[in-house]
Amino acid sequence: MIIDHPLLGPRDSSEFTYMGDAALIDRPDPEAEDAAQAFYEYAYLRDNPAGWHRELWFHEAGDRSWLVVTRNTLTHEISKVELARDVARSRGRSR
Amino acid sequence: MRYSGFRVLKEALTGHKGWRPAWRDAAPRPAYDIVIIGGGGHGLATAHYLAREFGQSRIAVLEKGWIGGGNVGRNTTIIRSNYLLDGNEPFYEFSLKLWEGLEQVLNYNAMVSQRGILNLIHSDGQRDAFTRRGNAMILNGADADMLSLAEIKKRYPFLNTADARFPIKGGLAQHRGGTVRHDAVAWGYARSADSRGVDIIQNCKVTGFRIENGVCKGVETTRGYIAATKVGCAVAGHSSRLMSLANMRLPIESHVLQAFVSEGLKPVLPGVITFGAGHFYCSQSDKGGLVFGGDIDGYNSYAQRGNLPVVEDVCEGAMAIFPMLGRARLLRMWGGIMDMSMDGSPIIDRTHIDGLYFNGGWCYGGFKATPASGFAFAHLLATDSPHPTASAYRFDRFRKGRMIDEKGMGNQPNLH
Ligand SMILES: Cc1cc2nc3c(=O)[nH]c(=O)nc-3n(C[C@H](O)[C@H](O)[C@H](O)COP(=O)(O)OP(=O)(O)OC[C@H]3O[C@@H](n4cnc5c(N)ncnc54)[C@H](O)[C@@H]3O)c2cc1C
Repeated sequence: MIIDHPLLGPRDSSEFTYMGDAALIDRPDPEAEDAAQAFYEYAYLRDNPAGWHRELWFHEAGDRSWLVVTRNTLTHEISKVELARDVARSRGRSR
Repeated sequence: MRYSGFRVLKEALTGHKGWRPAWRDAAPRPAYDIVIIGGGGHGLATAHYLAREFGQSRIAVLEKGWIGGGNVGRNTTIIRSNYLLDGNEPFYEFSLKLWEGLEQVLNYNAMVSQRGILNLIHSDGQRDAFTRRGNAMILNGADADMLSLAEIKKRYPFLNTADARFPIKGGLAQHRGGTVRHDAVAWGYARSADSRGVDIIQNCKVTGFRIENGVCKGVETTRGYIAATKVGCAVAGHSSRLMSLANMRLPIESHVLQAFVSEGLKPVLPGVITFGAGHFYCSQSDKGGLVFGGDIDGYNSYAQRGNLPVVEDVCEGAMAIFPMLGRARLLRMWGGIMDMSMDGSPIIDRTHIDGLYFNGGWCYGGFKATPASGFAFAHLLATDSPHPTASAYRFDRFRKGRMIDEKGMGNQPNLH
């Protein structure tokens, strides 16, 4: 698989490490009433879809940026690659 | 029809006209006591033990394709009980004991071959860890044997024991481990279950659950609605997809694992060797092919085929300790979809929906578990209580922090 890095261009997927579902960007609020339940779900439960999946890839053997890759788990086709930083900021995580 | 030497002789003399299909091609009936989803090793074994050990009847196994077309027919056939943790080792040792008597029970030649498995050691730290593991195995009634370098060289003279990065210093052997012909396991269990009245229904995909007031009443399938008092799910790599039909999210990711087989060679490799540090393991099939594999590819996949970086990684591991493999041609390679759980250990449990039971999370090691998984799942379905050796395989262990994490990797399925 070739991942089209937004800054570096096409890179071999073996340069990256994989962290799973990009929903991990949305860390639950530890102050919330239901924090224990929310963290259990966050840490252990996954949608694990067959089809399009947004996921975190870390360019470990490269510029060490985190990417959000939209990839089809049935075909390994990649349709979109974003900087995880931009995705997190767009979700209000700018602090 | 019982298989025997006498039967083979009789058929040989009468033109082989007496052989019958090993199981019926059953059509679904409107209702069953117990419906098992998934005609892999675990589903078929569950049906067999339900009928044979727990006196259940009116059982069906629903398989979306053909039985044995999933991981049970794709794995590298290794059986062993060399686990460390209390939640696992009694279960896998129970499984190995069931393998030892399986062919007599099934009246089917599954080619169970206890040729031994050897885990290689490269450092003092690893020797300490494997000594501890060996002791845990012995405490649980399994066999374990620490081999010296000299003993390993005698048994496997072709091994490169002086690799610069991973010199071989010794190994942990389990002589009762070995290999089993994987297809024959599916067929043997299917034949036995069928002969006890179980309906094995192929080309029947489950597309939904009928759940009313928190009770599962039956399943929607491509061959119509089938009512069931109890429904047991055993679909391995497809667990998340199936359980999402009951609005459940699982502590599981699906990943692809590849396997490879070389052209047929004269006997060179008498046992199973695992080179964990180099992500490579190998055995020789009775047909002569060297059967080998390594790590999962490492990202979510339902594609049943892998990518080239892992092929390279596996072959590098092979060449490091097993240089003669470089002379053999590769015959085939393939992939299967693994139900990788969050702690690397399986789940055999009820769900929060009455009448709906789950078996999955087997990662890349569920073939060896087939007999015990079937037995324990049948126990749970028949008695509503977990089998003693599977009592740790509960859903709530993640919530309660009681992970069974053999490798100590945490909630990273691709690292188990
Ligand atoms: C390459 C490879 C090597 C492996 N090596 C080993 C090894 O050496 N030792 C070991 O112990 N384990 C090994 N494993 C793991 C082992 O094969 C699996 O853990 C085990 O086979 C899973 O259980 P099963 O046999 O029931 O699964 P499967 O055979 O996959 O059965 C599940 C069945 O469910 C069916 N199904 C799915 N969805 C539906 C639906 N909606 N309706 C109806 N049916 C459905 C599928 O078609 C499939 O037939 C390996 C796996 C692979 C892929």
